[in-house]
Amino acid sequence: MSKSKSSHIKLAYSYISEKVNTLPPSGIRKFFDLIASMEGVISLGVGEPDFVTPWQIREAAIYSLEKGYTMYTSNKGMPELREELAKYLQSRHGLSYDPDNEILITVGVSEALDLAMRAILNPGDEVIMPDPCYVAYPACVALAGGVPILVPTTEENSFKITADDIESRITQRTKAILIGYPANPTGAVVPKEELIQIAELAKRYNLLLISDEVYGQLVYGVEHTCLATLPEMRERTILLNGFSKAYAMTGWRIGYVVSSKDITGAMTKIHQYTMLCASIMGQMAAIEALKAGDSEVQSMIREYDRRRRVIVKGLRDIGLSCFEPKGAFYAFPSIKITGMTSEEFAEKLLWEEKVAVVPGSAFGQYGEGYVRCCYAASLPEIEEALKRIGRFVERYRRNKV
Amino acid sequence: MKQIFEALEKDARLTPEQISTMTGISVNEVKKAIKKAEQDRAILKYKAVVDWTKLGEEQVWALVEVKVVPQRGVGFDAIAERIYRFPQARSVYLASGTYDLAVLVAGKTMQEIAIFVSEKLAPLETVQGTVTHFILKKYKEDGEILEGGEGIKRLPVTP
Repeated sequence: MSKSKSSHIKLAYSYISEKVNTLPPSGIRKFFDLIASMEGVISLGVGEPDFVTPWQIREAAIYSLEKGYTMYTSNKGMPELREELAKYLQSRHGLSYDPDNEILITVGVSEALDLAMRAILNPGDEVIMPDPCYVAYPACVALAGGVPILVPTTEENSFKITADDIESRITQRTKAILIGYPANPTGAVVPKEELIQIAELAKRYNLLLISDEVYGQLVYGVEHTCLATLPEMRERTILLNGFSKAYAMTGWRIGYVVSSKDITGAMTKIHQYTMLCASIMGQMAAIEALKAGDSEVQSMIREYDRRRRVIVKGLRDIGLSCFEPKGAFYAFPSIKITGMTSEEFAEKLLWEEKVAVVPGSAFGQYGEGYVRCCYAASLPEIEEALKRIGRFVERYRRNKV
Repeated sequence: MKQIFEALEKDARLTPEQISTMTGISVNEVKKAIKKAEQDRAILKYKAVVDWTKLGEEQVWALVEVKVVPQRGVGFDAIAERIYRFPQARSVYLASGTYDLAVLVAGKTMQEIAIFVSEKLAPLETVQGTVTHFILKKYKEDGEILEGGEGIKRLPVTP
């Protein structure tokens, strides 16, 4: 073992596990440090609402603190929250879940995703998912010892994963299909008929469906189909959802999973050892969010829709091809006409015009050539950002011979 | 159609073209809908919400509770009209509870408001009594918080 002169001891080998060592760093984080040092940046690089949590919800959480709700809750989450959720799932989707055995409150959908993978995967088990997709999907599968199998999706097919493409990748080791629609980063939505085809595959090959529906409420002019509502899918689906996006509650970290008693039980087992429970403040706020109804959510959705139309038209007017996102709060324009990679584009755009977008390549190989623009920003900001992007694209389109 | 007016209510300076982009309704349809709303007085006027104190202008507001005797045949409408025709009365509402009309009065000085209430409002026939509350501070106006909004605290890049 060699020692350096400083107080740091240089280790002869890395103590970091191979699994973590081989895990690629999130392409989003790389960008973050760069922006933190700059001023006057308009950021379309976020993955969260620009609204603050509705006051009614915040006020309820403050009151709960005043009343002294500061302790652990049941591992599964507060009974009142699980009951409210059961009621909500019934009224919104006509789904009936037992709040005692089939619902688990987690620390955001992120934890729910991690738990789902750890609960179902044996080493080498394969999970099929779209590419591009949310950065945590392949990482969580890999960390749980599984193998992510990426299915390319394309702008031509509106970034929808298809049953045929999935079927051609099913092997003896395939355990589950993991999808999240409306999608981050593309804003894509898969219509019910196509989801039924995927559900039929799951049935035929005896696979689980893991459905991340955290953007489920944020759809524009189309209906969101909850996967668990499809024929015979209730038992086969691990439904992940949370409060972050629709209720503008990202920082509260409250998500949930609903599934069969077996699977929810398995996930709860891991959760009780590794997380114990989600924070009680967040859970109190979530109860209020469910009770308050969704009039404020609806007004946020209408506002997102207006911004969505402005940004999509603006990007197209600039000359970028941009398929119409029907959900979430992202536009995913192609930047191929500039001849740059998406990372180059994002970096240069930031330096030269001070607009932050996220390179599509951060979300997978098939995100290359695209950038993610989050339109959860005020209209004047979006309009200014579009002006700057327009200038930037014009400059480089001309330079390109 | 509701979308058009929701957008306008948030920002009255939006052009029909901008509203058309936001709503997906054609520019012509937007123009027509706005024109009709203006004619029907569904849109009453376009204005700015101004914080006069920030501009260094002195302005005094008072909420005046007015108790009146309703009149046969016209109820409260006749007396309300007598009151709302005064330009000093900026808003006039019929309210349930211990008084009948709530009148928001604006003036340059407290004196000006006091004179208006004592010489114009109170002596009106059928007015039984008035209670004047001077506004000490405005916190929120037309849905806008006047001071110290919340600002955006989120990080510039998140997954």
